[in-house]
Amino acid sequence: MTDNTFPNDLTKNPRGMIQRALNKLQSSWRTIVILIPFIWLSLFFLAPFFIVGKISLAELAISSPPFTKMIEWKDSGIITIRLIFDNFIYIFEDPLYLRTYMNSLRISITSTIICLFIGYPIAYGIVRSGPVVKKLLLFAIILPFWTSFLLRVYAWMGLLSDQGTINNLLISMGFIDDPIKMLYTEFAVFVGIVYTYLPFMILPLYANMEKLDSTLNEAAADLGAGPVVTFFRITLPLTIPGIIAGSLLVFIPATGEYVIPDLLGGGNVQMIGRLLYNEFARNVDWPVACAVAIVLLLLLVLPMAIYQHYQGKAAEE
Amino acid sequence: MYRKRSKFLTFMLITGFSFLYIPMILLIVYSFNYSKIVPIWGGWSTRWYTELFKSEEVWEAVSLSLQIAFINAMFATILGTLAGLAMVRFGKFRGRTLFGGMLVAPLVMPEVITGLSLLVLFISLEQLIGWPSERGFTTITIAHITFSLAYVAVIIQARLTGMGQDLEEAAADLGAKPFKVLTSITFPRLAPGMLSGWLLAFTLSLDDLVISSFVTGPGANTLPILIFSRIRLGLRPDINALATIIILVVAICVAIAAFILFRQQKLQDQDEMMAARET
Repeated sequence: MTDNTFPNDLTKNPRGMIQRALNKLQSSWRTIVILIPFIWLSLFFLAPFFIVGKISLAELAISSPPFTKMIEWKDSGIITIRLIFDNFIYIFEDPLYLRTYMNSLRISITSTIICLFIGYPIAYGIVRSGPVVKKLLLFAIILPFWTSFLLRVYAWMGLLSDQGTINNLLISMGFIDDPIKMLYTEFAVFVGIVYTYLPFMILPLYANMEKLDSTLNEAAADLGAGPVVTFFRITLPLTIPGIIAGSLLVFIPATGEYVIPDLLGGGNVQMIGRLLYNEFARNVDWPVACAVAIVLLLLLVLPMAIYQHYQGKAAEE
Repeated sequence: MYRKRSKFLTFMLITGFSFLYIPMILLIVYSFNYSKIVPIWGGWSTRWYTELFKSEEVWEAVSLSLQIAFINAMFATILGTLAGLAMVRFGKFRGRTLFGGMLVAPLVMPEVITGLSLLVLFISLEQLIGWPSERGFTTITIAHITFSLAYVAVIIQARLTGMGQDLEEAAADLGAKPFKVLTSITFPRLAPGMLSGWLLAFTLSLDDLVISSFVTGPGANTLPILIFSRIRLGLRPDINALATIIILVVAICVAIAAFILFRQQKLQDQDEMMAARET
């Protein structure tokens, strides 16, 4: 952007013009590199949230799209802005929504804790393995990432259904006479969330533990600390960043989960992601769907900010 | 961390990996079941595969999903690489915090929110400028690029940080212009990262159900949308067959890609070590 002089023979010398344009492009390529993804994300990621916010303050109307306008031009030339908070009041007054939010939080927090208790020893076990085994185990953790999420949930439908593998096995071994109802219960939703989100817990924990200095453990042992004391006073405090990152990576998406409560919970487990989808797809009440989304977003903004903070810190190291 | 694993850790590893893999293995085994009712064994058979290949609906969905995944992977890799470069190599610039936030947020944003917000964007755009006139291929592709590019950016950022800046600084010292450094040093060394980013973007797109369901229109059924509409009503043996094919194809591709990337990385590291020794 340094060359701002335009000589008069610009039109006479097209080759020079192209050359100059190229030079200019070269000197401003940094701006272009930033701008292309920046504009894309602003348009397709950031802007939509403002529209959702706008619609959440509108009223349901029989029109296309099915909501009232926020800003209207009156004949007299006066602009009227209508903000309707009815949708938010409706959400907080109707016990269905409040209960569903609380239910989602309870299910996602419990699942996160279960993931942590299963994932922590697995991550620790991988770190403690030999170099070749470590690579293979890590690959085996990452592989499910690449295979279809939907099919992994479907696999559990086959295991948990009344005629499913687990019930068949228990009946044939004589433990039970009649199948236990597992599919379409809250239990199935827990299993589904833990199963699909476990790798998200293990990987950040692994990345964190891999960097730990093993001499600290040895020093603790030399000073007479047993393995349990060493774990609680050395390893656990040092892996807190991994615990936080992994827990947030499970908690945030699990709270808004739609597929798992729908397929494994049937109609019996209400979670907010499913409610939002239904509000939108079946009831066609867009303003309420948008208000539900805004409240969900507000619930998750703090965890997301914490996650980003840790991401930024990890990137700087 | 080279000390031996305790018995407890070994037990947890075995239990954990069984938990992760047994459901998948059972899914595959039952795809060869003759019986129409999935969990009841009726002898080995490949009848559900034959039935699957006869279904035109499935083929159309596969074709649509592959096309979207391919275009998505191309765009997401370009945009994600640019974004990663900007974040790691450009130091401070105006709007960096906002930019970084927009790059991380799609990774953790619940899919229902992303899907709903993209849909209302497309509808508002249609009201304002008449585009997109119908939802389907284009809108799904745009939605996929938007979240895939964030994943690509993560991979590129990690790779750029790991690479260090020594070679680039050396090239600059020898008189290469920044743009030249980018094209002849940074990009070639970034190639393995871009390849893994491309592959990740491709599979993310093939896998996406929720966001696609929001932004799709009548008639545009991607493979996950088709699968979901079928399994909502219960288990289906033909879906087991389809799942088996998908899982095997993905596993083989990922294994090959991992092998290639691993070898390339090793060769590159060796080259760099040799070069370092010679100086």
